[in-house]
Formats: sequence, C-alpha cells, structure tokens
Amino acid sequence: MKLIDCQNVYMNYDSTKAVNGVSFSVDSGDFLCIVGENGTGKSTLLKGILGLQKVNSGTITFTGIVNKEIGYLPQKTAVQKDFPASVREVVLSGCQSRGFRLFYTSADRKKAQKNIELLGIDGIKNKPFNELSGGQQQRVLLARALCATDKLLLLDEPTTGLDPFVTAELYRIVDELNKKHGVAVVMVTHDLKNSVQYANKILCMEHDGDFFGTVDEYMKTPAARMIFGGGTNA
Amino acid sequence: MLDTFIQMFSYSFMLRAVIVGVLVALCSALLGVTLVLKRYSMIGDGLSHVGFGALCLALAMNVAPLAISVPVVVIAAFLLLRISENSKIKGDAAIALISSTALALGIIVTSMTTGINSDVNGYMFGSILAMSTTDVYVSIILSAFVLVLYVVFYNKIFAVTFDENFARATGTKTGMYNTLVSLLTAITIVIGMRIMGAMLISSLIIFPALTSMRVCRSFKSVVVTSAIVSIICFFIGLFISFAFSMPAGASVVAVNAITFGIFSILGIAKRKLS
Ligand SMILES: Nc1ncnc2c1ncn2[C@@H]1O[C@H](COP(=O)(O)OP(=O)(O)OP(=O)(O)O)[C@@H](O)[C@H]1O
Ligand SMILES: [Mg+2]
Repeated sequence: MKLIDCQNVYMNYDSTKAVNGVSFSVDSGDFLCIVGENGTGKSTLLKGILGLQKVNSGTITFTGIVNKEIGYLPQKTAVQKDFPASVREVVLSGCQSRGFRLFYTSADRKKAQKNIELLGIDGIKNKPFNELSGGQQQRVLLARALCATDKLLLLDEPTTGLDPFVTAELYRIVDELNKKHGVAVVMVTHDLKNSVQYANKILCMEHDGDFFGTVDEYMKTPAARMIFGGGTNA
Repeated sequence: MLDTFIQMFSYSFMLRAVIVGVLVALCSALLGVTLVLKRYSMIGDGLSHVGFGALCLALAMNVAPLAISVPVVVIAAFLLLRISENSKIKGDAAIALISSTALALGIIVTSMTTGINSDVNGYMFGSILAMSTTDVYVSIILSAFVLVLYVVFYNKIFAVTFDENFARATGTKTGMYNTLVSLLTAITIVIGMRIMGAMLISSLIIFPALTSMRVCRSFKSVVVTSAIVSIICFFIGLFISFAFSMPAGASVVAVNAITFGIFSILGIAKRKLS
C-alpha cells in the first residue's frame, strides 16, 4: 500500500531552486534512504512532505496516513540555549502530537520510557535538555520522533554527531522498527554503506538528475559503481 | 505589622485589589513563561499601550473601561501576531509601531476631552482604587477562562513553545495555539493594567518567568515556580504599597526586581555547588 506518493515536486526558496522535479513513493513497510550531495534539496523535500514548506508545483499525496502519525527528526533543531526542559518532557512531547490530551496517559508514559531506554538515555532523563552534548540531544530528539509514530518515520541525517557505537545501534533500532513493527522509514543520510545494507529503496538526488528505485537497481547505476567499485553487484 | 496586615483587608477596595491582583499575577506568570521563551515578551508591552489608548477612549466616551479595552486589545493582539508572522516588518518593530500609535491616540483623545486627570494618571501607573465590584466579577470570569485554557492546553503549549517546527510537522495546529496564547495575554493585560498601570503591567509577565528560570531547569518547575513567585511578589508589593502609601504597581515591580536578584544569586550558588 502506498503511504506517500510524490510526483514531479518542485520547491524553491525565493529565487533559489531547491528541489527539481522529484518523483518517488513510499509504501508501507519501506525503508527508503535519500542520498545525494550537499545542497541537492533532501532536507527541503522532507519539509515539503511535512507541510513545513510550500511546494511550488507537483503533487504530494498521502494515503492511509495523516501528519499526526508521522515521526520527524529534523536535521537542525533550533532550540534556544536557555530553554528549560527536561529530557523526559521533550521525549513525552512526541506523544502529544497524536491528538488532543489533557494529560499524558499511562500508555504515553510507557512508550516514552521504552524509547528512552531504547536510546540509552535513561541515566540522563531528568537532566535539562540544553545541558546535553550534541549527540545526547540527537538521541533525545530521536526518542521523541519514535514516540510520535507507529507508521512512518522521517529522519534527516539522524546519525550526525553520534559516536560509531550509537550509530550502529541506531541503524539496528530503526531496522528493527521497520522489520518487526512495520514502521516505514524515510532516512536522509550520507552513509551509503549502511544505506544499501538496510534500505530496500534509494532516492539519490543529484544536481544533474535523480535516481529512484530499489537498492539492486541503484547498485547498477554508474554513480553507485563508482563509489562501490564496479564489481560488487556484477 | 500584623495590625497593618489586618487593617489592609478591612478595606473592601483592598480586598478587590487583592482578588484581582492575585488572579492577574497567576495568569501573567503562566503566559509569561511561553512569551519569554518564544521571544515575544515585547508583545505584553505593546498591548498594554494599546490598552491605555483604549481606556482613554472609554473615558472620553464615558463607557465602561473593560467593555472597550477588552475587544480593542484582543484585536491588536491578533494584528500583532499576523504582522510578525507574515510581513517583512520585524515583530519588534511592528510592536513599536502599533504601541506608540495607540499611546499617541490615547493622549490626543484625552487632551481634547478631559485632559490628564487622576483617572488617566491611574491608567498610566495603576491604582488599587480602580476596581468596581462589577470589574471584580468580570476579572474573575476572565481569569478563570485564562487559567482553564492554559491548564487544558498545557502540553500543547509546551510542544509549540519548545519546537514549533516539530509540532507543526507532526500535525499540531501551531497557529491556533499561538493565537490562543496572544488572546489570553490580551485578556490578562487588560485586567491587570487597571491595578498595575499601562507602563508596568508587562513586567508582571516578564519578571516571574525570568526569575524562576534562574533556578529551575524543567519546564514544569519553571511554570509552577513562576506562578508561586508571582503571587507572593504581588502580595508583598501590595502590602508595602498599603503600609507606606506607595503606588501599587511600582511596589509590585520593585519586589519582583529584588526577587529576581535573589534568584540569580541562588542560581549561581546552585551551579557552583553541583
Ligand atoms: N532557508 C533557506 N533559505 C534559502 N535557501 C535555502 C534555505 N535552506 C536551503 N536552501 C537552499 O536550498 C538548496 C537545498 O538545501 P537543502 O538543505 O534541502 O539541501 P540538503 O540536500 O539537505 O543538503 P545537506 O546534505 O547539506 O543537508 C540549497 O541550495 C540551499 O542553498
Ligand atoms: Mg539536509
């Protein structure tokens, strides 16, 4: 079943073109990695999908899913330096996005706690968010994104700032969510090696045109051959 | 001292001032946390000037002050939000434009009609004699409205304040909550400026939040501490104003400023020790 269908999407900032006619789709159960050079519009495309930024032409259609059911990890989160918020409060606010609650239910709290443990931040859950290291903050925001969804995760370079151990752990977690719990994943990343290992589909955005297809198809493209060496898939 | 305290409550105008003042102190402290964190603290200042203009107008037209100022300030709050969201004029500049225009209008209307009399002076710097019994009832209803909405939407307000983009991306109608916060702020300011004065009411919004942020490190503790600090400061300020016959608004602000100083020192000490 198709969750998101993007056809010929164009987006720009005032006069700068950011996304140039991208077409792709996400089915339920998909693990899609979006790769490509810096500045080819990957983050902008995610913002378009989420309705944070205007799409100038083309269509983005959602089926069987609404914004409320999407978990999102932005590439950059502009949280003020002095914002008083504990890690627990931040993670719980992910649960909040799914409809109106007067108070958090015990199911919400359990889910938040589960994700806190999953990302190994149980020891710092009462600490103020703004006093954490960059990597720790990234884990907190990822836990928040996990709280927000059972269906679709949009992750914009989630491993930025994480140490190699946690990076591997993150791929394992996302993979488990995807394979075991059926959460569809769209991940922007520059980590091609892990992309082709975990994803089933690749969207490669380049200045001179895009590629969208399965991992196997991607491996046959000239760009992938150049990176992975001609022989890997032959 | 105790005598003065008991005496204070024997005047019905003092009782009215205490009831309304405590409610306003509570509402403004809660909203203040969000406004300060969203860098909207100047909105309080802008709206209070608009409120002053509206009160002058009400005085000139000889109608009930709240009847005019509530709608005018609410409309101004919506306008300010729209302008700072959509247009090329920066939020702080928009506030300065609207607030000085409203202030000018108020003064023009006043000088053409009554002249700067004690009523107008009261609007500027506050007066504890200002509240009629009807005003008290209206204030209680409006504050209850503010408090209930704040509690009901507390979690949403946190989410939108902390990270508006994430909230919006995941389906929260952030525009609606921003509108809600400015609506509640408008109401709080209109009620509070009668006692505190147009020039001083915005400090009631800004001080408690900043004070509690010196020491507290989670959102909930900041909100709760702000509310408590604000109410206590209001009480002490009002008492001082009564005991030494000083203007209420100014005493409350002075107490808030001192409390801010104390909390800053506590905050530094806390960080040194931990
Ligand atoms: N806020 C902005 N205002 C104006 N132009 C922008 C803005 N954000 C991005 N752009 C431009 O849009 C284009 C796409 O940016 P985008 O952030 O989507 O790239 P990206 O693929 O995510 O890059 P990266 O791999 O570095 O994260 C770039 O040319 C960039 O200069
Ligand atoms: Mg990016």
